[in-house]
Formats: sequence, structure tokens, C-alpha cells
Amino acid sequence: MKYARTVAALLLSTLVLACVFRDQLTPVGYDHQDRNIPNAFRSRQHLLGTDALGRDRLARVLEGTRVSLVLAPSAAAISTVLAILIAGTAALAGGWVERLTASGIDLFLSLPWLFLLVTVRALLPLNVSPMTSAVITFSVLGCLGWAGAARLLSAQLSWLRSRDFILLARASGCGGFRLLRRHLLPNLMPLVYAQFWISIPTFILAEANLGILGLGVSEPLPSWGSLLRELDSFSVFGWNLWQLVPLALLIAVVSCFHLLISKGEIAA
Amino acid sequence: MANARRWLTKTLLGMLLTTLIGGFAGAMLVRFAPGYGVDERELDVRLSTKTITAIRRENAQQHNLALFYMHYLAATMHGDLGYSMALGRPVRELLSERLPETLTTVGVGLGFAWSLGLGLATAVVLSRDSSIDALASILAGILLCLPTAILALWFFLAHASTRLALGVIVFPKIFRYSRNFLLEARSESYVIAARAKGLSEIHIFLGHILPACAARLVSLGAVSVSLALSAAIPVEVICGLPGIGQLAWQAAMARDLCLLVNLTMVITAITVVVNSAPELLKKGACA
Repeated sequence: MKYARTVAALLLSTLVLACVFRDQLTPVGYDHQDRNIPNAFRSRQHLLGTDALGRDRLARVLEGTRVSLVLAPSAAAISTVLAILIAGTAALAGGWVERLTASGIDLFLSLPWLFLLVTVRALLPLNVSPMTSAVITFSVLGCLGWAGAARLLSAQLSWLRSRDFILLARASGCGGFRLLRRHLLPNLMPLVYAQFWISIPTFILAEANLGILGLGVSEPLPSWGSLLRELDSFSVFGWNLWQLVPLALLIAVVSCFHLLISKGEIAA
Repeated sequence: MANARRWLTKTLLGMLLTTLIGGFAGAMLVRFAPGYGVDERELDVRLSTKTITAIRRENAQQHNLALFYMHYLAATMHGDLGYSMALGRPVRELLSERLPETLTTVGVGLGFAWSLGLGLATAVVLSRDSSIDALASILAGILLCLPTAILALWFFLAHASTRLALGVIVFPKIFRYSRNFLLEARSESYVIAARAKGLSEIHIFLGHILPACAARLVSLGAVSVSLALSAAIPVEVICGLPGIGQLAWQAAMARDLCLLVNLTMVITAITVVVNSAPELLKKGACA
């Protein structure tokens, strides 16, 4: 298992490096169209072939990976911070605020995740610039993905509050945000890190689902969702297996995150 | 008995309140979405000023959110769920037409997922063969890494039963959780004692392991319904199944306030009832 985790970490690092040095790896931009060679097979100029509009698939895959690997952790950070704020405020206030927060979390969790996501994303502007659409999509993921983490953190906080060292801190006059910052948060951090890492593959998959449904990042900026949408024209008779590269990469990245998370969960 | 009745009333009221708040939240989302209130019909040059004024008056009734929701709830009491502007049909008609399709899809999908998931988990526990466990875990792991929509697309392109796609989507979670529950119960000391006394593996499984996990499996059953409902959206949209999932997608894309409020309430109600069912069953058994 340790060997698998090392391989996962190495693969993710390689991908990050490939995304950083994308301009050096691919001679053309992700949005450059060559109408003379649509759906081309792999060649020396286009290592993964081209898509239906004659765009270099390798450049698009690397750019899509960059978008997902930058924005998914950002969305995970938003949802984790929201979860800490909500659970922390509820735990500090106690009483009816805590009960109300718990009901709010229950309400949030009672709606199926994808239904909530599709509804909210469809209600936000769709005809915006590609980068804005990417930011909106991942912000929606971040803003809607806090409930599960908040429930876990609330449970952990209420357990921590009844511990002797917290009672002692309270008796010594430590209260409010000082108690949260100095005593509760340090004990909460392993769970917070685990929640952060768990959210990343979840958000990558959610963006892919939204993209396939036409609610993700808009063209020409690629994301794994829009790259996978290309598969609706996939035919086994055409045998252009390079179309499957984004999917293989997505599976590899999500598997790597799952492998690394399993270590984080054990540590938490 | 009085306590149980009080608890039941409280739970039912909680469920009703959650559903109502869910509907209101859905209405609020649509109402404050950018571009709300713009009606494409107003751009139609064939319509007279009088008609456009009538359309504006009709839309103005929906602008006050609280008023809209109060009117909506009052009409719901009389069985009127409103009218879908986007699809041009009464919402009640749409729901009664599409709900059975989704329930069938979810039912067939869950049946398949549970047969496969629990079946494989049982095989892992009974066989004590690490290769079966490894193979099943790898299969579940790969499926967990695939977006729901891609699985639906593959089933559609392969002309396979699209309802089974939903089962394949839910299967890995059922397998992983039930495998963990069963393996945990298998390592309990009373199970080891039963094995030491010479009981067969089947007897141990049916008499000791399965009853120990029953409550957690029922809870997993409730969660799996919510997972299946969530997965029904991409499955129905991609495979063209005329169900609630497809309707939700159409309503969201067309910003159909009335339809979206109803759908939010229906989906919230189903999820809340299903999630509360294990607790209700447990209390019922105790009473």
C-alpha cells in the first residue's frame, strides 16, 4: 500500500509539472484550430491527435487538467473553511443556534447532491467568459459542498467540548474565539485535512458530471467535463483510442487522490 | 406508548417542515437568480400590447416570493400544483406521468446494485479468499472514479439497459460499506467462538454476522435511495428517460419556478421519508 501511495504521489507530481510546463510540451495553444485536420490520429505534431475542431488534444488535456487541479482544491478549501466557520460558530454559541445549524445541515443533506448542483448551476449565468464560467462552477461546488464536512466537524467539536482540557481552559477564563483558535482548532485539524482531501476528487467528478450535462466550464477553455463530452461521439468502429486519454487521466487522478486520502483518513 | 406517539408526531412534523423549507429554498434560488423575470414571449412581435401586459401581470404575481409561496401552498392543499411555463402543461400532470418512470428506474437500479454489492460482499466474507476481495475492491474502486454521466453514456452507446446503469453507479458504495460492516462483524469474538464450536460458515453468516449488521444495512439502504435519486439526473438526461431527473434538469435550464419548487419538494420529501424510515422502523420494533 505504501508503494501504491508513492506511485500515486509521483503520478500527481508529474501531472502538475506537465501542466506547469504545458507551453513547452505542446507547440500550439489549447484553442488553436486547424480545420484541415479534424479528428486526426496521433502524429509527431499532435501526440494525442486532434478533436472534431482540429484542436490539439494533448494541449487541451493538459489545460483541462490544469483547470481541474487548480480549481478543485480551491473549491475544497472554500467548502472546508465554510464547514469550519459554520460548525465552529454553532459549537461556540451552543443552545438554539447549534440546534438550528444542525437542522440546516440536515436540510442541506436531505437534497441529493447532484440535483442541488444542477439546479444552482443552471440558475447562475451560463453565457459568460470561459474563465468566469470555470470560477462560477467551482465556486458553486465549494459553496454547496460544506454540509457533510460541517456535520462531521460539529460532532467532533461537541465531543471535544466535553473533554477535560477544554473544561480546564474554560475554568481558566479562556472562551470565545480564543478557545476555538488555541484549543479546539488544533485538535480538529486532522479531520479538517481529511475533509479537504476527500472533497478534491468529489469536486473533480462533480465538475465532470456538470460538464457532460452542459453546465460546466464553457468553450473554448477545456475542463475534464468538456473533454469527456467528446466521448458522446465515440465509436469503437473508428478506433480513435486517443479520445479515451482524458477519461484514463481522470480515473488515474481520482484514484491517486483516493489512495492518498486513505492514508489521511487513517491518520485522522 | 405516549412517548412513542409524541416522538412520532415530532418526527412527522420535522419531516413536513424540512420539505416545506426545501420547497421555499428552491423558490428563493429561482427568484433571485440573475435574469429571472425576463420572459421570451415579450419579444414576440406577433403579440399585441394587451397580451404582453397580461403576461407581465401574470409574471408580476410571482415576483413577491413570500406571496407566491403562500399562494402555492394554498393551491397545493386543493390539489393544484400550478402550471409549468416551460413545458406548457400542469405540473400535476407532469409529475404523475414522470414519477413512475423514475421510481421504476430507481427500483430496478437499486435491486441490481444491492444484489451485486451485497452478493459480492457476502462472497468475500464467506469465501475468505483475498483474491475475490481484491478483484471486487478494484472493480468498485474503478467505478467510484468514473463520473456518473460517463457510465450512463456508455450504457446508452452500448444499447444496454439504462436502468442497470443506475445500479452500476450505486453498486460500489453498497459493496464497500456492506463489505466493511460484514468483515467487522466477522471479527467479533462471539463469531470466532461460534466457529470454534464447529458451526458452518453459512450458519454463522445467517445466524450471527447478518443480524449484527442488519440495522446498519437498513441505514445504508436509505442512503442508497438518495444516491440513486441523485444519479437518476444524468442517467435520465443522457439516456432520454422521461423521468423526474430529466424534468428537474429541464426545469432548472428553463428556470421554471413552479416546476422547480414542486420538484424540490417531491425530492426532499422522498429523501426525508426514506432517511427517517430506519429510525421509524427501529422505534416501531422497540414499541
